[in-house]
Amino acid sequence: MFELKDHNQIQLNSEGQLKHFLTTEGLSRELLTEILDTADSFVDMSAQQVKKVPLLRGKTVVNLFFEASTRTLSTFELAAKRLSADVLNLNISTSSTSKGETLKDTLMTLHAMHSDMFVVRHSDSGAAHFIAEHVTPDVAIINAGDGRHAHPTQAMLDMLTIRRHKGAFEPLKVAIVGDILHSRVARSQIHALKTLGVDEVRLIAPKTLLPHSVDMLGVKVFTDMSEGLKDVDVVMMLRLQKERMNSALLPSESEFYKLYGLSNDKLAYAKPDAVVMHPGPINRGVEIESAVADGPRSLILNQVTNGIAVRMAVMSMAMSGQMTEKPQPAAAEI
Amino acid sequence: MTTGQLSVENLLDKMSADLRELLQQRQIDNPLLIGIRTGGVWLAERLHQQLEIAEPLGILDISFYRDDFTQVGLNPKVQPSQLQSTTEDRHIVLVDDVIMSGRTIRAALNELFDYGRPASVTLVTLLDLERRELPIQADVTGVTLSLNPDQCVKLAGPEPLELIIRQRS
Amino acid sequence: MNIRIFGGRVVDPANQIDQIADVYISEGKITAIGEAPAGFEADQEIDASHQVVAPGLVDMSAHMREPGQTQKGTILSESAAAAAGGVTSLVTPPNNKPITDTAAVAKLIGEKAEQAGYARIYPVGALTRGLEGEQLAPMHALAQSGCIAFSNMRQPINSSLVLMRTLEYAATHDLLVIFQPQDADLAKGGCMRDGANCTRLGLNGISEAAETVEVSRCLLLAEQTGVRAHFGQLSTEKAVRMVMEARQKGLNVSADVPVHHLILTDENVNGFDSNFHLIPPLGSQLDRAGLRQALMADGIQAICSDHQPHEAIAKEAPFAATEPGISGLETLLSLSLTLVHQGLLELPQLLHKLTAGPAQVLGIEAGTLSQGATADICIFDPEMSWQPTAENLRTAGKNTPFTEVTLTGRVTNTLLGGKLVYQL
Repeated sequence: MFELKDHNQIQLNSEGQLKHFLTTEGLSRELLTEILDTADSFVDMSAQQVKKVPLLRGKTVVNLFFEASTRTLSTFELAAKRLSADVLNLNISTSSTSKGETLKDTLMTLHAMHSDMFVVRHSDSGAAHFIAEHVTPDVAIINAGDGRHAHPTQAMLDMLTIRRHKGAFEPLKVAIVGDILHSRVARSQIHALKTLGVDEVRLIAPKTLLPHSVDMLGVKVFTDMSEGLKDVDVVMMLRLQKERMNSALLPSESEFYKLYGLSNDKLAYAKPDAVVMHPGPINRGVEIESAVADGPRSLILNQVTNGIAVRMAVMSMAMSGQMTEKPQPAAAEI
Repeated sequence: MTTGQLSVENLLDKMSADLRELLQQRQIDNPLLIGIRTGGVWLAERLHQQLEIAEPLGILDISFYRDDFTQVGLNPKVQPSQLQSTTEDRHIVLVDDVIMSGRTIRAALNELFDYGRPASVTLVTLLDLERRELPIQADVTGVTLSLNPDQCVKLAGPEPLELIIRQRS
Repeated sequence: MNIRIFGGRVVDPANQIDQIADVYISEGKITAIGEAPAGFEADQEIDASHQVVAPGLVDMSAHMREPGQTQKGTILSESAAAAAGGVTSLVTPPNNKPITDTAAVAKLIGEKAEQAGYARIYPVGALTRGLEGEQLAPMHALAQSGCIAFSNMRQPINSSLVLMRTLEYAATHDLLVIFQPQDADLAKGGCMRDGANCTRLGLNGISEAAETVEVSRCLLLAEQTGVRAHFGQLSTEKAVRMVMEARQKGLNVSADVPVHHLILTDENVNGFDSNFHLIPPLGSQLDRAGLRQALMADGIQAICSDHQPHEAIAKEAPFAATEPGISGLETLLSLSLTLVHQGLLELPQLLHKLTAGPAQVLGIEAGTLSQGATADICIFDPEMSWQPTAENLRTAGKNTPFTEVTLTGRVTNTLLGGKLVYQL
C-alpha cells in the first residue's frame, strides 16, 4: 500500500550532494569517501600556522544542544570558527521544559534569527530528522547525536582515524565492544563500516546490552571477548554509563570489566598491530585499562584531532549542498 | 583537437629576464617566490632555478579561498599550502600560469594576507587571457592571448611544459 | 417513514444472505428483503445499484474523547465520523477525563450520543477505580447506566490477586471484561515493536512478550473465574494463537485486531513518521501474516478501527514524544476491503468481522439485517476510489497516514434506525 521511502535521502540535494548530515545510514560509499577526503585536507591544514579558512564567512552556525555535552559542543564550535562562521551556542536542557512542544516552538523562534546551520544534539531518536523536516529549506542540519539513533560525525571521525592508520578498509576486521544497545555511536559506526566495505564487523557484548535482531545489520555477534577479538585489526570500545548497573542490565562494573573490559591481556587476542579506539570520555578500569588507553596502540587522542577536521568537512559540504540546491520545478497540471 | 602551440621555454626565458629587470628596478634582492597550484608551481620552479634563488619555493593552494564555493562545492582533493617562511614583511613574487577573470589572484592575495602582511607582491603570469572581472593586472606577462569563445587553453606539465589550445568541438 | 433501498448486493453474514435484492424499511425497522411487503409505498428510495447493502458496522474500539479531551474530538464530531465510516454502533473506552468509573460519566456519554444522533455509543466502564488497579469499580451501577463491558485498558493491575477479584466480581453479574493486554514493565518507555527496524531507528522497543505474558495471565484467570472475556486489539501472532487455542478448549473468550495491524508493519515506522506511532505497536511481517491467517481461520471475531483522534501538535514532535494512535473510523471499511481485494477473504466473511462478529461478542442486537431488526444499515461502493484529506474527513483528528493514499471502497449512505445520518 505504501511505497516504503528511504527517509535518509532527505540528507541529499537534487545533485546527490550532502545538504544535511543526519546519519551515516543510506549514504553511498562515494559520499562517505568524499567526506573523508575533505576531512583529510582539513587535518593537514590544522597543522599549519594559519588554521582558519573563509569558507563559512558570513554564515551563522547555531549549536542547539538539548542534551548537555562539553566535548562535542566545543569541537563543533571550534570547527565552525575555523571555517570563519559566526557561532551561537544554545544550551537548552530538557528537564525544565516539556518535550516535543518546546522543540517545535524553539524552531519557530530560531527561524526568526535567520541562521544558516543548526548543529543539534537531542535525547530523542529521530529529533534531527524531525528538525530537518520542519526548518525552512535553506537551513542545513548537522546531527550531533539523537537519542540512540545516530552520531554520524563521531562515526566518520572514527573512519578517518582508521583510514589514516590502516589505509584500505577492505581487509579489516573491526570489533565494537560494550553497550551496543544504548549506543548511537555504534549504530552509526556499523553503517559506515559496512558501506566502506570492511571485511567483518563484530559486536562483543553481553546479551542484555545487545539490541534485538542486531545481526540483521550484517554484523557477527559475540558474547565472549576472547573469541570476538581473534584476528581483529581495530578494537572500538564504547562508553558504559553508570546507570546501566542500576537497571538490571549488568551486575557490577567489576564483572563487566572482567568480561568485556579491554586490558592488555585481552588485546593480545587481536592482531599484533591492532589499534584501539574510544569515543571518550573514558571510564578507566571499567571499559578499558589505563595502560591500554595511554599505550602505543591507542588512537584515542588522534580521534579528537580528527574530530575537528571531520566536523569542518561536513559543515562545509552541507552548507555548499544547501546553497547549490536547485528549486524543484512546479508539478505539471493535468 | 589541437590547433596551436606556443613555446613555453621561450616565454619562460623572456619572463625571467623581465622579472630580473623589474626586481632590480624595485630594489628587491631577497624575493619570496610562491607558485599557485598546480601550473603556477611548475612555472615557479623554473623561475626559481633560472633566477638562482636559494630560499625554497612556497606553494599556495587557493581551494579554500575561492569565491565560488557555494556554487560548485568543495574540491575534496585539496592539499595544504606549503609556506616554509612567514610572509610578514617579505617581497613576494607570486606565479600563476593563467590570469583570466582575476578571481584566482584575488583568492591568493587573501590567503597570503592571512599568513602575514607582505611588504609587496609582484605578479608573474605565463598567459593573460584578457577577460577580467576584477581590477587585477600582472607585472610580468609571458604572452597575451585572445581566444574565441569556443577555445580553451591549458598548461600541461611538469615535463615537458606545453601550452595546448583546444577547440571545443 | 417507508424506505426502499433498491438494486444493491445485500450481504448479511449473520443470516447468510448474499444476493441482489431490495431492502424495505418501515418505522425504523427492516420489514423485508427481496419482495416488497403488501401495500408498501416508499416515502424515500435509495439507489444502491453496483453497491453493497450491509448491516451498519459495529466497532469494538473507537475513542470519542469526551468528556475531558475535547481538544482531540467530541462525541458530536466523532460520532459524525462514525456515520461517515458506515459505523452505527461503537464501543468507547473508559479513559476519558473523568474516567468512566462512575454512573454519572456513563450516563453523560449516553446522553451526548443521543443528542448527536449519529451512532449508538456503548461506553466501556473501568474495571478498577481510576484505572489504578487497586480497588473495584462499581461495575453493577456502571452496567445499569449503560456500560457494555469493563476494562482496565493498558493500565497495570500489578496484583494478580486484585485482577482475579475483579474478574470474579464481573463474572458474578455476567459482565463482559475486555482485556487490552500489556505488561506495563515490559512495555515501559517503548514506542515501537522491538526488532530489526527498532534497532536501526534507535527507538525504545516493546517486546512481544509484553503482550503474550499478559495474555497468558489473563487467560488463566479467565478460565479460573469463568468470566466472559474479550481480548481487545491484539498485535502479535503468538497472542492470537494463544486465544484461539483457549477458545478451541471451550473457554468463553474472543479477540479483535485493529485494522491497521492487518495492513501495516513495523517497517512503516522508517523515517520516524509519527503517524505510525501506535500502541499496541505495529508488529513484524510475521505478526501481520499470523493475524491475517487467524482472521481467515475465524480465530479472530472482530476487526476494529481503534480510532484515536488527536490534535495536530500531539503528532508534531520526535517520534517517542508523540502520542500514539491513528484516527481510523472513516478508513475502517476501505482498509478492511483491501483484504478482500487481495483475495484473502470473501466479502461476507470480512463483513462478519465488522458486523455480526463484534455484535455477538458484545451481546447486542446489531450487525444484522434480520427481519424486524433495527434498520442500522451501511451502503458502500466497493469499487469507488477516494483519497482521505483533511477537508473530506469529518473527524476532528486528522492524524492518519492514509491522507493522499488512494483507497478503494467508500461508504455512500448510512442509516441509523431507518434515518439517513450520512450521505456522500
